[in-house]
Amino acid sequence: MTEPTGTSKDREEPTGGEQSSAEAGGAATAEQRARGGERPEAGEVEQATDEAGVAPEGGTRPAATRERSGMFGVRGSGDTSGFGGLRLPGYAPAPAERPYGGWFDDLADDLAEALDERSIPRAAIEQVTVDRGEITFYVARERVLELARIFRDDPNLRFELCSSVSGVDYSAPDGASVVKPMHVVYHLLSMTYRRRIRLEVALDFADPHVPSVVEVYPTADWHERETWDMFGVVFDGHPALTRILMPDDWEGHPQRKSYPLGGIPVEYKGAEIPPPDQRRAYS
Amino acid sequence: MSTTDDLDAREAQAVRDAYAAQQRETTEGTVYTVTGGDWDTLLDSEHDDRIVINMGPQHPSTHGVLRLVLELEGETVTQGRTVIGYLHTGIEKNCEYRTWTQGVTFVTRMDYLAPLFNEAAYCLGVEKLLGVEVPRRAQHIRVLLMELNRIGSHLVCLATGAMELGALTGMTAGFREREEVLHLLEHLTGLRMNHAFIRPGGLAQDLPEDWKEKVTDFVKVMKSRLPDYDKLLTGQPIWRQRLEGVGYLPVDGCLALGATGPILRSAGLPWDQRMVEPYSGYEEYDFEVPTATEADCYARYRLRVAEIHESLKIVEQAVQKLEPGPVMVSDRKIAWPAQLSIGSDGMGNTLEHVRKIMGQSMESLIHHFKLVTEGFHVPAGQVYSTVESPRGELGYHLVSDGGTRPVRVHVRDPSFVNLQCMPAMSEGGMVADVIAAVASIDPVMGGVDR
Repeated sequence: MTEPTGTSKDREEPTGGEQSSAEAGGAATAEQRARGGERPEAGEVEQATDEAGVAPEGGTRPAATRERSGMFGVRGSGDTSGFGGLRLPGYAPAPAERPYGGWFDDLADDLAEALDERSIPRAAIEQVTVDRGEITFYVARERVLELARIFRDDPNLRFELCSSVSGVDYSAPDGASVVKPMHVVYHLLSMTYRRRIRLEVALDFADPHVPSVVEVYPTADWHERETWDMFGVVFDGHPALTRILMPDDWEGHPQRKSYPLGGIPVEYKGAEIPPPDQRRAYS
Repeated sequence: MSTTDDLDAREAQAVRDAYAAQQRETTEGTVYTVTGGDWDTLLDSEHDDRIVINMGPQHPSTHGVLRLVLELEGETVTQGRTVIGYLHTGIEKNCEYRTWTQGVTFVTRMDYLAPLFNEAAYCLGVEKLLGVEVPRRAQHIRVLLMELNRIGSHLVCLATGAMELGALTGMTAGFREREEVLHLLEHLTGLRMNHAFIRPGGLAQDLPEDWKEKVTDFVKVMKSRLPDYDKLLTGQPIWRQRLEGVGYLPVDGCLALGATGPILRSAGLPWDQRMVEPYSGYEEYDFEVPTATEADCYARYRLRVAEIHESLKIVEQAVQKLEPGPVMVSDRKIAWPAQLSIGSDGMGNTLEHVRKIMGQSMESLIHHFKLVTEGFHVPAGQVYSTVESPRGELGYHLVSDGGTRPVRVHVRDPSFVNLQCMPAMSEGGMVADVIAAVASIDPVMGGVDR
C-alpha cells in the first residue's frame, strides 16, 4: 500500500485542518451538538449576555442531533454498497470567544457602541461566529432593518454596499427536526474600511417573515425577490415582492430542500425521467 | 349582386380585419392594443403619446433573452422595467446534488462569457472551506487564464454593444479578436468555453508544452489590433454622440444599487477586487485600475478598452512568472487521482495511471473510485469568496455540512445586480439610449438568471 486510500472522513481526521474555529471546538462542540440548537450558555456570547436578564430570543444555531452513518464512513452493518444512503451529522457553528482576532474585535466594539447609542438591546446580536477568517453575526429577526441602517450609517462601520442577500435551507436531508432551519444571509461590504461581514437570520418555515432592507440598501430589491422566489421567505416592507426567476404562476419554492430536483414531470414524447435525487447514486 | 350585398361583404371584411386597433376601457383609462400599421389613427391630437411597449425577450438589441417594458412619451422613456428569468436553469439547485468537483462544470456555464472567473471564484471558495493552499504555478496559470478571459469578455461587450448601436464593423472586428482568445483558450484548456479547467485544489491539468509561444503570439496580435479600435470607435463622432452623456449613473447611485465593475469605476471609484482584496497572487502583478468620472456609457466603453490593455500587461507578466511545478495540491485526499493526457483515442487518464490502478495497486483503484464517485469531504462551515469578473464583483457563498456535496451554492452574479441600474440609467432619456445603457451594463443573461 503505497498511497493513502481512505477518503472516508472519520471524526479524528478532518480533511480541512485546523483553520476552522467551528470545527476546532472539540469536546465543547460535540457537547453543543448533542444539545442541539439550544441557546448558548451564559457567558458564551458577549452580545447576548452583557445585559443581565436579557436572553437571546431563541436558538439560532441549526440543530445538530444527527450522527453520520452509512456509505463509506460505514460503521456496524458493514454495508459498503452505497445503497444504505449517507446520513451526515448536523452542523452547528460554534460561537466565537473574545478575542476574535484581527479587526473583528474593533468591529464588535464599534458595533456594541453603535447599538448602545441608538438604545438597541445588545441581544439583537444573538451570536457571533468567526470561521475561516470571516465573521458572522446571527441577528434577531425584528432588528434586521435597524441593524442594516446602523451598519450602513455609523461612521465607524460604514458598510456601504450590500453584496448579496440569499437564503440557506438547513433542513436535515433525513427529515430530522431542525430548529429554525431557514436562514437568510446578508453579505455586507465596507469599501471605506475594506471589510466584509455576514449577517444571518434564522426563521421557521411556519413563519418565514423578515423585514425588508430595501429602504436601506435598494440593491436588495432583486436579491430579496430571488430569495422569496427560491425559498418562500416573505420580506415585509418590500415594494413589490414578486417572483423573479421562476414564472409568475409557479407553485412552490425550488431551492427549499423539500423541493425535489427535477421533480416536475416534463412532457416530452410521453417520456418521464425520475428526478436526479431518486435515481441511483453513490452518496 | 345588389349593392347592399356588396356593402355587407365589405362590413364583414372590416370585422374580420386582424390588424384593426382594439380598444377597451379599464380603471386606468382607455387601453389600445396596436397590432399593425395603424399608428396614425392613434397618434392624433385627441390621444396622448403615452405608449407602453414590450421589448424582448427575443430582440437583437437586448443583449440576450432580456425583456424590457418601456413606457414612452413620444420618444422619451418615462419608465423602464426589466423582466428576467427566461434563462433560469437551476444551476444553484443542481450543484447541491453533485460533488464539489462536479460543481465546477455547472458554475462555468452561468456567466458563459466569463467561465474561468466562475470556476476560479467557486474553487477559491471551496479551497477556503478546505483550508488548502493552491500551488504557485496553478495560481499564476489561473491569473493568466482569467486575464485572457477578461479580454475575450470585454471584446464581446464591445462587439455586441457596437452591433446594437448599428456599428456593425465594430461587431465583426470584436468577434474576430474574440475568436483569437477562444482559439488560445482552446489550445490551453482543451475547450473554447465552459472549460471546467480550474478545479478545487488547482487545475485539471498542466498547460500544453508550447503554451508560451502561443500566448506570446496572441499578445503580439492583440497589440497590433487594439489601436484599430481607437480608429474605428473611440474618436468616431457618431459613436461618441451615441454614448457621451448617456446612461449616467453617479457613484452614490452605483453604491445604492450595488453596481460594481466598470460601471462603478466609470463613476470614479477605483474599486477592483484584484487591487483591494488580492487573490490568487494578484498582489505580485503590476497593473493599473483605469477609472473615469463621466459616469456615462462612453466612459464605460473607454474603461473596457483600457482594461484590455491592462490585462495584456498582466498576461505578459504571468508568462514571465510561470515556473515549472505542480498544478494540484499534494493532498491526495483532495487532488483528482489521475492526470489527463492525450492518447491515440482522445483525451483520458494517463496510461501510467490506468496501468497502476488496473494492474498494480488495488488500493489505488479504491482510492480513485471513491474520490471520483463519492468526492472529498469538505469541513462544515460557510465562506463568501469573490473575484473581479469583467462585470464586477462575482461572489460565491458556499455552505458545507461536512459532506461531499454542497448544502448551498449561491452566486452573487454582477450581471444580476448591475441590471437593476437599467431604470436609473435610462428613465428620462430617449428610447434609443436605452439600448446604449443596457449595452454599457453588459449583462450576460446566463449569469443573471442562473
